[in-house]
Amino acid sequence: MVDTTSHTFTGPHGPKPRKAFSRRNIFLYGTLLVVTLYYALPLYIMIVTSLKGMPEIRMGNIFAPPLEVTFEPWVKAWSQACTGLTCDGLSTGFWNSVRITIPSVILSIIIASVNGYALANWKFKGANVFFTILIFGAFIPYQVMLYPIVIMLREIGLYGSLTGLVIVHTVFGMPILTLLFRNYFSSLPEELFKAARVDGAGFWGIYFRIMVPMSLPIFTVAMILQVTGIWNDFLFGVVYTGPESYPMTVSLNNIVNSSQGVKEYNVNMAATILTGLVPLTIYFVSGKLFVRGIAAGAVKG
Amino acid sequence: MTNSVEIKNLDLQFGAIKVLQDLNLEIGKGEFLVLLGSSGCGKSTLLNCIAGLLDVSGGQIHINGTNVTWAEPSERGIGMVFQSYALYPQMTVEGNLSFGLKNAKLPKSQIESRIKRAAEVLQIEPLLKRKPAALSGGQRQRVAIGRALVRDVDVFLFDEPLSNLDAKLRADLRVEIKRLHHSLQNTMIYVTHDQIEAMTLADRIAIMRGGQIMQLGSPDEIYGRPVNKYVADFIGSPSMNFLEGKINEGAFHVGDLVIPLERYAFAGGGPVNGDTTIGIRPEHVVTGELVGNAPFQVDVEISLIEPTGSDTLVDCKVAGKHFRVRMDGQSRVSVGEKLRIGINPAMASLFDLKSELRL
Repeated sequence: MVDTTSHTFTGPHGPKPRKAFSRRNIFLYGTLLVVTLYYALPLYIMIVTSLKGMPEIRMGNIFAPPLEVTFEPWVKAWSQACTGLTCDGLSTGFWNSVRITIPSVILSIIIASVNGYALANWKFKGANVFFTILIFGAFIPYQVMLYPIVIMLREIGLYGSLTGLVIVHTVFGMPILTLLFRNYFSSLPEELFKAARVDGAGFWGIYFRIMVPMSLPIFTVAMILQVTGIWNDFLFGVVYTGPESYPMTVSLNNIVNSSQGVKEYNVNMAATILTGLVPLTIYFVSGKLFVRGIAAGAVKG
Repeated sequence: MTNSVEIKNLDLQFGAIKVLQDLNLEIGKGEFLVLLGSSGCGKSTLLNCIAGLLDVSGGQIHINGTNVTWAEPSERGIGMVFQSYALYPQMTVEGNLSFGLKNAKLPKSQIESRIKRAAEVLQIEPLLKRKPAALSGGQRQRVAIGRALVRDVDVFLFDEPLSNLDAKLRADLRVEIKRLHHSLQNTMIYVTHDQIEAMTLADRIAIMRGGQIMQLGSPDEIYGRPVNKYVADFIGSPSMNFLEGKINEGAFHVGDLVIPLERYAFAGGGPVNGDTTIGIRPEHVVTGELVGNAPFQVDVEISLIEPTGSDTLVDCKVAGKHFRVRMDGQSRVSVGEKLRIGINPAMASLFDLKSELRL
């Protein structure tokens, strides 16, 4: 488009200029800056401290960057720090956590997605009652069920084992994940499901060939929720496993809270960052899908 | 057995709500039946029952002489086209067309030949490798029809297939569906709330209301001899004019006006006396030099004019009641002008005031 008025009008033109330092902007960015510092500062201190040697830490400048960068604390946190009697660092706990998280996540997502699909699409008799009970389960405090589950696991001989903990995580993930999947599947057009039925696809045919391929965002959301939830879990880990199968969070606690010897702040900081690294990576890698999936699942209840 | 679909005493309840009540319907082989009604009348529900997507509460459904009341949708010999197209988004057009055939475990060569034929009929061959997201609304609905077509079934079910399309495309595809019906000679059951679609497509129309069929008949019958005031009001655009009055000595009295009824074909044979509503379609009112022939004539004052191009709709008052007249689009009339209009009672409809049934 040609702007014909610019030839005749010689005054200032273009969009109205905005002041960079208006009161509104100062207030807005000032607030954002304070909040950012509030969140970023602890992380900064952790990283900085983990790279210092103990003599430097004792000098007391916790905000100062390391004079001499050392990765010794990280190595020690990973493979040498003492947790109770054993002194092999976080590595054992890490691999335990991996062996707990992967099966729990896969199992709970498979079961919950089929649950949600059946509840959303196949409206079987008593579906609403079943769903209500399941949702109600999400509101019962974990503490109430701790001891009954100890007894149940003991009776079936899984108490203290990784398998037992995997089962517990799978069960406790059910209410929220089923809700998530049910809402997502309900938001998909019902006519697609009808069309697939007319086309002769059965329960599993529709699930695998119509529903699952359309549900990548919600599977991602479920995966993130479960990976972070299970990885960060401490309570179930400490209750249902033994010392040789403690997850990483419990190992971390044992390192940080050990009452013997000097407090090695640099090792503690490194160990904490190492433990938080998995959920952090998951967020960074799939954050975009996560937001999209949360929004998609939330539309229809 | 000449009936393609038979519905016997069909009942459907959701909790305490009766959606369909004791519904009976017989649809002949190769017939194009349109289920017409406003939203919530049960027309889509009935179609879903025929398709087997809803479990009925009572009654039976027979397709081609087999009782399919409790059969799976895929075992009923039906194909269905949905309003929202309902194409599988992750599959190509070809994948969409072949999905049902693969489920039926048809040999590969047969699947290919059927897709080829359907694609030819619907002119979607160049689109076969595309995903639904890359198609326009009209193309999507063509593919959806194709998905029913490849199943090679006797009965096609259409659930408001054109409602999501814009007006021009709707008219095009309507013609195409009619042509398809001519060439395939399948039984087609078509749900719509659009009376133009119903009138143009149907062999017979079933007007539904409150889960029941009000009238079942050819478009001519439905338009010309509506069985009650509801059907009369529902069919026709602009809608019918209604005047309430009395029949006395073979004439209809409203205010000071007397409309002679000698030429009206009463349903019972002879004239009936009593409180009555007369219904006159705006297009059946004559003006200009034709007025002289009409058995009933009256002078009116024009209160509003709505030109539509082809026609001009004129609002006026007859016996103090709002009345519409359809005139030729070329008519030069203006508001406030006097107009002489003529009515032929043979083209009118009379309804009992209380029961609203046709007299």
